[in-house]
Amino acid sequence: MVVLPSQLLGDIRNNKAGRGTFIEKGKIYSERLGILSKKMGYINVVPLKGRYNPVEGDSVIGIIIETSSSSWLVDINAPYPALLHVNEVPWSIEFGDTEKYLNYGDSIMAKILMVDESKRIQLTLNDRNLHKIVGGHIIDVEPSKVPRIIGKKGSMISLLKKYTRCRIFVGQNGRIWVDGDEKGIEKVVKVVNMIENEAVSYGLTRKIESLLKKDAKDVR
Amino acid sequence: MKSEEIKLIDSNGKRLDGRGPLDLRKIKIEAGVLHRADGSCYLEWGGNKILVAVYGPREAIPKHIQDQVKALVNARYNMASFSVEDRKRPGPDRRSREISKVISEALERVILTEQFPRTTIDVNIEVLDAEAGTRCAGLTAAGVALADAGIPMTDIPVACAAGKIDGQVVLDLGKEEDNYGDADLPVAIAPRTDEIILLQMDGHLTIEEFDKALDLAIKGCHIISKLQRKALLDRYQSLIEGGDIE
Repeated sequence: MVVLPSQLLGDIRNNKAGRGTFIEKGKIYSERLGILSKKMGYINVVPLKGRYNPVEGDSVIGIIIETSSSSWLVDINAPYPALLHVNEVPWSIEFGDTEKYLNYGDSIMAKILMVDESKRIQLTLNDRNLHKIVGGHIIDVEPSKVPRIIGKKGSMISLLKKYTRCRIFVGQNGRIWVDGDEKGIEKVVKVVNMIENEAVSYGLTRKIESLLKKDAKDVR
Repeated sequence: MKSEEIKLIDSNGKRLDGRGPLDLRKIKIEAGVLHRADGSCYLEWGGNKILVAVYGPREAIPKHIQDQVKALVNARYNMASFSVEDRKRPGPDRRSREISKVISEALERVILTEQFPRTTIDVNIEVLDAEAGTRCAGLTAAGVALADAGIPMTDIPVACAAGKIDGQVVLDLGKEEDNYGDADLPVAIAPRTDEIILLQMDGHLTIEEFDKALDLAIKGCHIISKLQRKALLDRYQSLIEGGDIE
């Protein structure tokens, strides 16, 4: 169900106020445009639109927007740029040599190391699967649609990988990296756009599978 | 300014455009009309045509204007040079700066600004066609555009004016009524709590007339609030078929 800001969702005595809600005089209201979801006594509002809200531990795709002698500033589609310090990359870098490794316009797969209360974000590249991105394409989607592109336990994304033979990485911030042959990339872009614009409906995974099956010749 | 020849209310109690004293002009609201903006709204209110684009929250630049604990709300009201009969000289003037300021402050009251420290939320209100009551129309459209942008707020702000013409308190003044009437009272409220977030007055009203006009304007706000909600639901309900997200 679509809810609007200030819509009454329930009473604090029977429910717990979850994400996207606020409490006033013992009543729970929605604070934003979104979809109502009730889970384990919590009332949540899943946003339909809006900027990416950085959360510690999220994997994101970032683009370098500034380099300085001991750090980089990275655009991760949040309201704020994120900081990547030289201590948080897997290379040992001499002071001032940052531009040799990552320069303006480069893309990285990074993880959010921490977010403090005034929303200063720090990234890290020191983990498995985190690296500088070379080649491929980046698709932008609405951050709130990311869970649906991944699917239940990654069902949707593994489908895509299976039928298009592309390498795909979905960042929580609504950026998707795809690499593979031209046709495959085209297909991924098409399907991702479809998922983004399609109604929130049951059986979407099945629908996408039949669509992919139709024009797939060689399946791994 | 008052001209004796112009009768704003005829013998049947009808106004110049055929409305009764308690009728609103025709209102059409459409949400999410611009692709580049984070949120947008197009609104037609009588002869007013208004386009609002919301950007943000995004980092406030230059850095010294940033607030470490909350977001800044930056509304910019602008009239297109072709929006009035005589060409309006483009650019901000005294009037539009005042309206920008009062709308910014009204919006700041409902937006949960403390969720986005160090950012700005930019609200661009563009008046394409003007026919009295543009600040109310602009604020109403801004409310829809903010909700469309997914910005957390405690309420969707809504505005409506009441006024006095030919000695009678009426709702939602039209162009001639605004120019030749006795008073104009734009009011914006947060409709859930009826909290007044903007109140201005031009002209003269007695205390009794003021109370009556205020009540009337708030009633008008509630009617428009329903239209705002309908516009947002029309835009997004169609995207949702199967009920709750799994």
